[in-house]
Formats: sequence, C-alpha cells, structure tokens
Amino acid sequence: MSVPAELRTESLTYRTGTGPGGKTLVDDVSLHAEPGETVGLVGPNGSGKTTLLRCVYGTLAPTAGRVLLDGADLAAGSAKDRARRIATVPQDGHTGFELTVRQIVAMGRSPHKRFWEADSARDAALVDAALARVGAADLAHRAFAGLSGGERQRALVARALVQQPGVLVLDEPTNHLDIRYQLEILALVRDLGTTNLLALHDLNLAAYYCDRLYVLDRGRLVASGAPKEVLTSKLLAEVYGVTAEVAVHPATGAPTVTYLPPTAPRLPPST
Amino acid sequence: MIDGNRAAVSRRLRYGVVVAGLLAALAVAVVAGLALGSVRIPTSDVLEILTGGAQPSPFRTIVLDVRLPRVLLGAAVGAGLAVIGTVLQALVRNPLADPFLLGVSSGASAGAVAVIVLGSVFGIGAGLATTVTIPAAAFAGALLSLLVVYTLARSGGGGFATGRLILAGVAVSYILSALTSLILITADSADHLKEVLYWTLGGLGSARWDMLALPGTALIAGTALLVALARPLDLLLVGEEGATVLGLDTARFRAAVFVLASLLTGVLVAYSGAIGFVGLMVPHAARMLVGAAHRALLPVAALLGALFLVAADLAARTVAAPQDIPVGVLTALTGGPFFLWMLRRNRTEATA
Repeated sequence: MSVPAELRTESLTYRTGTGPGGKTLVDDVSLHAEPGETVGLVGPNGSGKTTLLRCVYGTLAPTAGRVLLDGADLAAGSAKDRARRIATVPQDGHTGFELTVRQIVAMGRSPHKRFWEADSARDAALVDAALARVGAADLAHRAFAGLSGGERQRALVARALVQQPGVLVLDEPTNHLDIRYQLEILALVRDLGTTNLLALHDLNLAAYYCDRLYVLDRGRLVASGAPKEVLTSKLLAEVYGVTAEVAVHPATGAPTVTYLPPTAPRLPPST
Repeated sequence: MIDGNRAAVSRRLRYGVVVAGLLAALAVAVVAGLALGSVRIPTSDVLEILTGGAQPSPFRTIVLDVRLPRVLLGAAVGAGLAVIGTVLQALVRNPLADPFLLGVSSGASAGAVAVIVLGSVFGIGAGLATTVTIPAAAFAGALLSLLVVYTLARSGGGGFATGRLILAGVAVSYILSALTSLILITADSADHLKEVLYWTLGGLGSARWDMLALPGTALIAGTALLVALARPLDLLLVGEEGATVLGLDTARFRAAVFVLASLLTGVLVAYSGAIGFVGLMVPHAARMLVGAAHRALLPVAALLGALFLVAADLAARTVAAPQDIPVGVLTALTGGPFFLWMLRRNRTEATA
C-alpha cells in the first residue's frame, strides 16, 4: 500500500489581494510531520487553518514559501503528481448526480491513470479493500447522495485511501458528525499508517488523537509540541480568550480541557 | 464481495439490455420514418428497398433520396445534441444546462438568417443562399458566439466560472435573437419568412445526402473523444475542489470540453437549425437508465437522442400532413413542460 511521506512547509504565506488592502491569512508558517505521524492544527475560527491546508493540498497557491514532500517542492509538479502523494476529503464532496458510493470511491484511482484508461481488476480490488477498511463495504452500491453525514465521510476517506497517498490532509473531518462517528473517523485516520495533517475544532479530540499539535492565531504559528505541552490555561486564555482548566484525564492519559464560564469582570473580547 | 460481484454482473447485464433495447427501438423508428409520411409506403417495400432488392421506382426515390437522408440527419443531430447536453450538464454541474446555454445555437441561427435574407436584399441573387453557404454561415455564427461567450466567461486568473458562463451564454443568446429579428424585419421580405422561421425553430426538411458527411463525421469523432474523456468528466461531477484534489487541472479541462462541445453544436445546428430541448431532456432520461458515470452514459444518451429526434421528426411530418411542422416546435412543446417538471423536482429535493 502507500508509503507515509514526510511533509514540511517552509515559511508558507498566503495573502489575498495586493498592496495595503490585502490581508495575510497565513503568515510565515513552517511546520513538519514525520512519516506516519498524526499532526493536528488548532486555532480559533479565522486563524488560517483552512487556508493553510488548501495551500498544502493544492487548491490555493501560496503567495510565498514552499510545501515539501519528502524534500521535493510540490509546486514543481502537476495537479496529478500532487494527487498521487496527497489525498484530502474536500468540503464540497457531494454531487447532485446519481453516482454510487463505489463510483465515487473509484475516482480516487484517477491520479494514477491516464485519462482514457478504464479501471483494472487491481483498481477494483483496491476500492474493495478501502471500503472494507472504513467499514463501508455494504454501502458500495448505494447512491452516494443518499448517505448520512457519517457514511459519506467514511466513503470519502475510502476514496482518499485508494489514492494511496503518502500524506492525508483533512479539514475538520468531524464536522456535522455525531460524536460516535467523530471518534470512529479519527481513530480510523490515526491507524491508517499515513502521515496525517488534520485541522480540528475540538481541542479534546485533538489532544487525544494527535501526536503533536500546532496552534495558529491570526495566521501565525504561536505554539507547537505534544498536546500536553501545548494545551495550557495560559495559551487558551491568550489565543481563544477563554478561561479553562487543563488536566490529564486518568483514563485516556491525554490532556483534557474544561471550559469555565466567564466571570465578572468579563474578559476583553479577543479580536 | 460475492454480493458485490453479483451486483456488478447484474448491472452489466442491465446495461446490455438497455443498449440492445434502444438499438431495436431506433431501428423501428428509422423504418417507420421511412415508411410513413405524406405518401405511405408498405414496410415490406421499405425493407426491400433498404436491402437493395428493389427496382427503381417512385417509392425507391422517396425512401432513399428524400426520407433516408432526413432520418439519418435527425439521428445524427439528436445523438449529437444529447451527447453535448450530457457533457455540458457535467461541465456546469447543473442538470438544467443545454446546448442553448452556450449561445451557440443562436449564433448559428443568426448566421443562417443573415445569409438567407441579406443574400436577396443586396441582389446578389438567390445564388448566395445555397445549401453550402447557409450551413457555412451558421457555423461561422456559432463560432463567433462561442468566441464571445468564451471571452466573457473567462475570469482574470485564467479560470472559468460557471456562473459567468451561464450569464454570458444567456446574454449572447438574447442579443443574437434580437439581431436575427432585426435583420428579418428591416429586410422586409415576407417570402423568406418561412425559410427563416424554419431555421430559427429548427427542422430537418432540407436534409440531403451531401449534407450528411460533415455532421456524421463530427458526431462520431466528437462522441468517441468524449467517451475517452469519461474519467475526467466524472471528476467534474464532484465539483471544482473535488476534481482538483483528484489531480484534474479543471480550468484547462473545462475550457477544452467547452470548446469541443461548442464546435460540435456548431457543426450540427448548421444543418438542422436550432432544435431545442433535446440536449436538456435526453441526458436525464439516459441517467435514469444507466446512472451518471460517463463511459456508460454517453453512448446511451447518443442512442436515446437519435431515437427521440427521429420519432419527433416523424411526428412533425405526420400530425399535420401535408404540412411539415419544424421539429423544433415539437421538441419545445415537450421540452418546456419537462423543464418545469425538473425545476419543481429540484425544488422539492432542495427543501427535502
């Protein structure tokens, strides 16, 4: 199957517009993920997580800086080259047209095929294996549009798997999912063996499932390290503007954040 | 996995049945199209003439020189418009798209009408409006509107926004329709009215053997090329971002497919006039039969489009015989309600 790759961004910067009217959404971010590591990206809304991920999986071109995969600059290759190495689950993955789950998952073979090439028996076997891996084998012949949010997410992860990527990049993979599926998806992704870069909203899930975390605030990297080093009351107050207690949970061994309601005088609103 | 295999086998079987059924229905429609009309010819005679067994006779002339080219042109245009509609719906990811959306059909009409009307006005004589110059002018008109729509739809970054494409196509269509009317009215030539109407409404009555080579070749080459592009066409169905992360250079691919579809539309409507709604309705019916994946869908859409237009043209010749109704009138009569039904269905799906 796929060989996990080393992912690195070098001074990655993304600006909208030019001149003084432009906004810097991602500001000089250098991060890395070792082969097989699951790395989480956390930060408040608008901190640049999605923009950073889009620069990595290629739907945005960074204004400055580079994305390196096993040391090679991704900008040097085509969209197809990139899709062979980096897979993602896009946000607008649904379609108004009748396609079966199997057809959607099989699209993951596209980066490995010529335009006119039909799927081979080996491709079909990869699709079956991926569907089984995410526990969606029984969904194969269902209409993709008729799936629930959790089923859809699993199908799209299966599609990412048949791309046989070295790196899996997921933007809020737990969005709109029931808590049971949130846990399932994250456990699945962590155990795939790929290098994973995940943007996550829920700090407790990030702490439990990620090997390391990067914290973004207004486009800048403000902290990084193992979850228990990064998630502190002080950082949560500075970045999120909340009062919170962080303790190591006795059952999971992961740091757990408990938010405390604001007391008077209220904290100044963070901007 | 056994269940999966069984499902795959049964789907393949189903596909075979659908294709065989459509081929049989098309054969029946073609024979009916040759037999029926202002003069009714017995089916046995038609079959004998087709197999080359008949002596020269008025029937033979009607079947081989009048009706057969018309039926074949209908099949080619119907198949082509259905294939183009299918591809355009994938391109803009909207099941309501149609070749008319491009403005190309209106461009073709404007070109043809200009030659028909202005040719006689400037006294160059009837010699200008011939079976060669009219299609040529239609194609030139189609190409010109393609260039305008394409230029308007391109956004700054070299990208290709769907919303802009639709708006540009609609705007260009309106302007060209207005121009066509303007030419017609200022030329003040009532004798051309019928010919012009025929063009703007779309009809197959002018079909002749020497008109078949170009649309036939374009249809076969275009369809083969699009079937070969089935994989990236499928990718378009999952959206811009989805297709990009699966390795498709969407801006380039969509521009290329748009140009190909427009050229094909130009070649086809250059001979038939602007026959509407085939490219809207047929892809839907075809998707209901075999699903949305293009490798299976495009051939079925082509067969269904051919069947539909051959049958519609047969109706156009017979319902008000000996009057020959432009077939575009009939396709619009069925297509308009279909469009409304689609809109309603989309709305209920959107609110569900």
